[in-house]
Amino acid sequence: MEGELKEVREAYESGKTRSLSWRLSQLKALLRLLYDKEDDIFKALEQDLGKHRAEAYRDEVGLLIKSVNYAIGNLRKWMTPNKVSVPLVAFPSRADIVPEPLGVVLIFSSWNFPIGLSLEPLIGAISAGNAIIIKPSELAPESAEFLARSVSKYLDDKLVKVITGGPDAGQKLLDHKWDKIFFTGSPRVGRIVMAAAAKHLTPVSLELGGKCPAIIDSLTNARDRKIAVRRIIGGKWVACSGQACIGVDYILVEEKFAPILIDMLKATIEKFYPAFDTLSKIINKHHFQRLASLIKDPSVADTIVHGGSMDSDKLFIEPTILLDPPLDAEIMTEEIFGPLLPVITVKKIEDSIDFIRTRPKPLAIYAFTQDEKLKNRLVSETSSGSLTFNDTMLQFAIDTLPFGGVGASGFGQYHGKFSFDMFSHKKSVMRRSFLLEYSFRYPPWDGWKLPFMRSVFHFDYVSLLLRLLGLKR
Amino acid sequence: MLLFHFPLLPLLLSSLGQEPQTPASGLPLHVVFLEQQPPLLDLCHPYACAILTLITVPPHRRFPILPTSEPKSPTASDYHEQTHIVCDVVVLTARDSHCHMPLQPSLPSSLTPLLERLSPPALVPQCRRNLKRPRNMEGGEKLPAGGAFDGAWAAELIAELRRGFASGRTRSYAWRAEQLKGIARMIEEKEAEIMTALHDDLAKPHLESFLHEISMAKASCTFALKEMKQWMKPEKVPTSITTFPSSAEIISEPLGIVLIISSWNYPFLLSIDPVIGAIAAGNAVALKPSEVSPTTSSFFAKILPAYVDNSCIKVVEGSIPETTVLLEQKWNKIFYTGSRNVGRIVMAAAAKHLTPVTLELGGKSPVVVDSNVNVKVAAKRIAVGKWGSNSGQACIAPDYILTTKAFAITLVEALKITLDKFYGKDPLESGDLSRLVNVKHFSRLTNLLNDKKISGTIIYGGQRDEQGLKIAPTLLLDVPHDSLIMDEEIFGPLLPIITFDKIEQCFDFIQSKEKPLAAYLFTKDKKLEEKFVKTVSAGGILINDTGLHFANPHLPFGGVGESGMGAYHGKFSFDTFSHRKPVLSRGFAGEVRARYPPYTQQKQKILRGLINGSFIALLLALIGLPRD
Repeated sequence: MEGELKEVREAYESGKTRSLSWRLSQLKALLRLLYDKEDDIFKALEQDLGKHRAEAYRDEVGLLIKSVNYAIGNLRKWMTPNKVSVPLVAFPSRADIVPEPLGVVLIFSSWNFPIGLSLEPLIGAISAGNAIIIKPSELAPESAEFLARSVSKYLDDKLVKVITGGPDAGQKLLDHKWDKIFFTGSPRVGRIVMAAAAKHLTPVSLELGGKCPAIIDSLTNARDRKIAVRRIIGGKWVACSGQACIGVDYILVEEKFAPILIDMLKATIEKFYPAFDTLSKIINKHHFQRLASLIKDPSVADTIVHGGSMDSDKLFIEPTILLDPPLDAEIMTEEIFGPLLPVITVKKIEDSIDFIRTRPKPLAIYAFTQDEKLKNRLVSETSSGSLTFNDTMLQFAIDTLPFGGVGASGFGQYHGKFSFDMFSHKKSVMRRSFLLEYSFRYPPWDGWKLPFMRSVFHFDYVSLLLRLLGLKR
Repeated sequence: MLLFHFPLLPLLLSSLGQEPQTPASGLPLHVVFLEQQPPLLDLCHPYACAILTLITVPPHRRFPILPTSEPKSPTASDYHEQTHIVCDVVVLTARDSHCHMPLQPSLPSSLTPLLERLSPPALVPQCRRNLKRPRNMEGGEKLPAGGAFDGAWAAELIAELRRGFASGRTRSYAWRAEQLKGIARMIEEKEAEIMTALHDDLAKPHLESFLHEISMAKASCTFALKEMKQWMKPEKVPTSITTFPSSAEIISEPLGIVLIISSWNYPFLLSIDPVIGAIAAGNAVALKPSEVSPTTSSFFAKILPAYVDNSCIKVVEGSIPETTVLLEQKWNKIFYTGSRNVGRIVMAAAAKHLTPVTLELGGKSPVVVDSNVNVKVAAKRIAVGKWGSNSGQACIAPDYILTTKAFAITLVEALKITLDKFYGKDPLESGDLSRLVNVKHFSRLTNLLNDKKISGTIIYGGQRDEQGLKIAPTLLLDVPHDSLIMDEEIFGPLLPIITFDKIEQCFDFIQSKEKPLAAYLFTKDKKLEEKFVKTVSAGGILINDTGLHFANPHLPFGGVGESGMGAYHGKFSFDTFSHRKPVLSRGFAGEVRARYPPYTQQKQKILRGLINGSFIALLLALIGLPRD
C-alpha cells in the first residue's frame, strides 16, 4: 500500500491531472467501462445484494452514465476561471476565481450502492483534476473486486487506484495525509474518519444517513393516492430493499387516513412482488440480525400489520409494515436501513412538522401533498439534506441539485457541478499593475491620511477626487 | 514546545525527576515534548489544557537521536545543540497510536501522575489566577458557581441559543438586517473605543486599525446589508427529462447555532466579520474572542450586547479551559481562526458531534519578486503588507521573499529606503509600528533571530525592545533553507530573503513547501504571471501587490491544505454559514411504470432512455421499437 500511495502522489505532482485532456480521457474511459462491463456490474450486484438488473441499472449504472455524460459536457465550462468584480479602490486590477485540484483524494464508499457510490464521487474528483484512491466497502466483496479489476484496466492506473480490504486497510489509509477525504457510510465511522483527518487538517465530506420521513397528506384524488403509494414503495423496497441512505425510513400520516394507506400499500406490494424474486437481499448476517432484533420486542412485534416473515439462510426479510410502534423503541430511534416500514399516525398532518423538528436532521424529507401552505411550512420550518414533494429518491438523479446532508446526516454536497466544487479549491487570484499609487496607503501615518481613507471606504469618490486634487482638506 | 504556568512548574519538574531551573529573565519556561505525533488528543483533557499551551515541533526538528525506546529524557542542552531551539526542559512521551477518538482522552504517561495529584480544587485556584472568567451572558455577568470546569454554564448558553434559534426569528430578513444595522451602528459609534482597545492590545496605530479592521468590518456589514436579500432568494435550477414534469430550487437555510473562535492579531475584524456572515445566513451565534487580546475581548463582551439581540448573539470570554468546554458542546458549525495546532484540536472535537468546521489558519506566504518591476512601488507594497500589517502579525503578511541573486541588492536597497521613510531611523520609537502581542511571541521571535544558522544574515534592523515588546523591521539575506526561520510561520517583523539564479526556481521552492494562505508575485512578465497562477497552489494569489485580495468581497478568502479549509467574505460567508437545501417538487403527473417491479424487458429499455435523458431512445422504447 505504501508504495502505491507514493506512486499516486508522485504521479499527481507531475501535473498530468491538471489538463482538460487528461480529465476528459478519464471520464470517457469511465464511460467505456460502464458500457463494456455492464453485465459484470449486474453480476457483482446480484451476488452482493441480490439486486435485480433493472434496479442495478436504474440506481447505479444508468445514473452513472448520466453523470459522466453531464460532466463531459460541462467540464470545460467548470474549469474556466470565474471573473469577478473589483472594488474601485483597487483600480486598476482584475480578479478571478480559479478552480484548482486539491491533490490526492481518498474516497470511502459504502456497500449498499457499491458501484454507484464509488464512481459518482470519482466523476467529480476526476473532473476537478485530482489523483484518487477508492476504498470500496469490504461488505460488498464482488463489487469491490470488480472495481479493483476494471478501474485499473480502463483508467490511468498511476493516478486512479482502488484499494480493497477491511477496517484494517481503512485504518492504514487514514493514517496517511490526504488532501481530501470523501466518506459515505455510518455516523460512527464518520466520526473516526473526521478525527483522523483532523490530525492532518484534511477537509472531509461525510455522506451519512438518518431517518428520512415521508409525510403522506390525506390525498383526496384516487389517482394521486395510487401514485403516491407506488412512489413510496419505490423509495423503500424497490431501492435495495430499504438499504438506501435516502430510502423512506418511516411514514407520517393522519390517523383517519392510515388504514386506507396501509391497505393500498399492501395491495401494491403484492402486485410489485408476486414472488419477491426482484427484491434485494439483506447484505449480511450481521445486518439481518440487527433488523430482526428491531422487530423482536413484543411491543414492536405486536404492531406489525403486514409481512414480518424472514429467512436467515437467504438473508430475506419480507416487506414489513408496522403501525404506530412505540416511539422509544429502537426501530424509531435508529436508522432502519432495511425493509421495515413504520407508519406513525398524527392527529393533524401539520403535527408532522414538530415530529420531524424534534429529531436529528435527516438526509431527505418526502412529502406527498397538494396543499401549498403545508409545502411552504415544510420548506421553511424543517431542515434536511433535501426536500422532495410528491416523489421519492428522484432528487438524487438531478445533476443541478446538490446532494448531501446537514447536521446528523453529514456535510458536504456533491453531484454535477457540486462534485467538481467539492474536489476543487477555489483559488482567488487578483492582479494589479504598477499604475496609480496612492501614498495614503502607507505610513508614516499623519492627520490627513485618515480622511482620505474614509472617502475611499465610504465609496465617496467625489471627496476622494477633491482631496487628491488638493481642493479639500 | 510547551509552556507551563509558573505555579505548576515545580510540581511538574519534580514528577519528571528533573531539577527546576530558573528561567532566564523571568520568561516562561519552554518545555519540548518529543513524540511522533502532536499530543493533540491528550490536550483535549481540560486539566492539560489549563496548564499547557502547545507549539508542535515539526517532525524533522524533533530530537533526531532519539529512538522511542530510549528511557532517559535528553537534556535541554542536547536538544539545543541538535536543533538550535532554546528550551529549558525536554520531555519524552510515547505515541498513543490507538486513540483516534478523544472520547476518553489519555495523557502522556509521564504527565498522568502529575495531573492526578492536581485534583480540580488544587488546580483550579492556582492555574486560574491568570485566566479570566468568562464574562459572557448579558454583558459581563459572573458565571454560575462551578466555574469553567463543569460545563453547566456552556450547556445553559447552548440551550438559550437553541431556544432563540428554534423560535424562528433569526430566519427573517428583518431580524438579520436589524442585527447587521446594529453592528454597523456599533462600529460607527464606538470607533474610538475600538481603536483604543486595539492600541491597548497591540499598540496598533490608529490608521492601521481604521484601514484594516474598522473600515473592513463596516464595508463587510454594508455589503451584506446590500446583498442579503439577493443571497436569501431561492435559486431556481433546471431539471431534466428524467424527472419531467418537475421543478427544483435550492434554498439557503441557516445551519443553527454556530461557534466563532477568533484570533488576537486582528481581534476586532476577525471576530466581527464571521459574525456578520453567520447573522446574514440567519444563525444564532456565540463569539469567543481571543484571550490574548484581552481589551478587545472585553470590548465585545461589554459593548456588542447593547447593539444586537442578546438571546441569539452571545459573547463568551475566556481562555483554554472555557474554549475546551465550548468545544465539547454540540454546535451546528464551528468557525475557527488561529493556529494549526489548535485547528487540529478544534476539528477533532468537532468530529465527536459531526460538526462541520471552517479553519482559517496561516502559513508561510511567499513573495516572489521579478527583476523587471518598478522596485520603488514593489518595496512599498511589500513593506505595507509586512510591517504595515500589525508588524507582520497577519496571516496573509509576506513571510519571506524569493528573488534572483542579481536583483536582491536592488530590492534590499529599495526596502531599506522605504523602511527608513516609513518608520524613521529608530523604528522602535515609531508610533506607526504595532508591538508584538506578548512575551511568549516576543521570545519566540527572538529565538528565531538567535538561531546560529542565520547569524550574519541580518542586513537591516534586528533591534529589540523587550520592555516595549518591539522588534524593529528586520531584513535577512540568504538565510539557509533549513534554518528555523524558514521552517515555522514567522508571524512577526522579520523578513528573510532567499535568492536563486533564475526566477523560475522560486516556483519549485514554493511547491516544495506546505500550501500557504497567500502567494504574491511582483512582475511585468505576463507569461511568468500565468505560470505562477497555474502552478502555485495557495489560498489566494495576488499579483503586484500584497494583502489587497482580502478586501475584495467578491473573492473567497480561505486556505487550502495546511493553511486551512473553508472560505468566507461576502457571499462566501453567507454560504459558509448556510445549508443549501435542494427542494424538488413533482406533481402526480408523469408517472413512469418502468420504475417499478415486476421488471420486464420493455421497462428496462424505457428506463435507459429516461435516465440518460435521450428522447430518441425513450420514444423508440415507448413505441416498442428496438433501439439497436
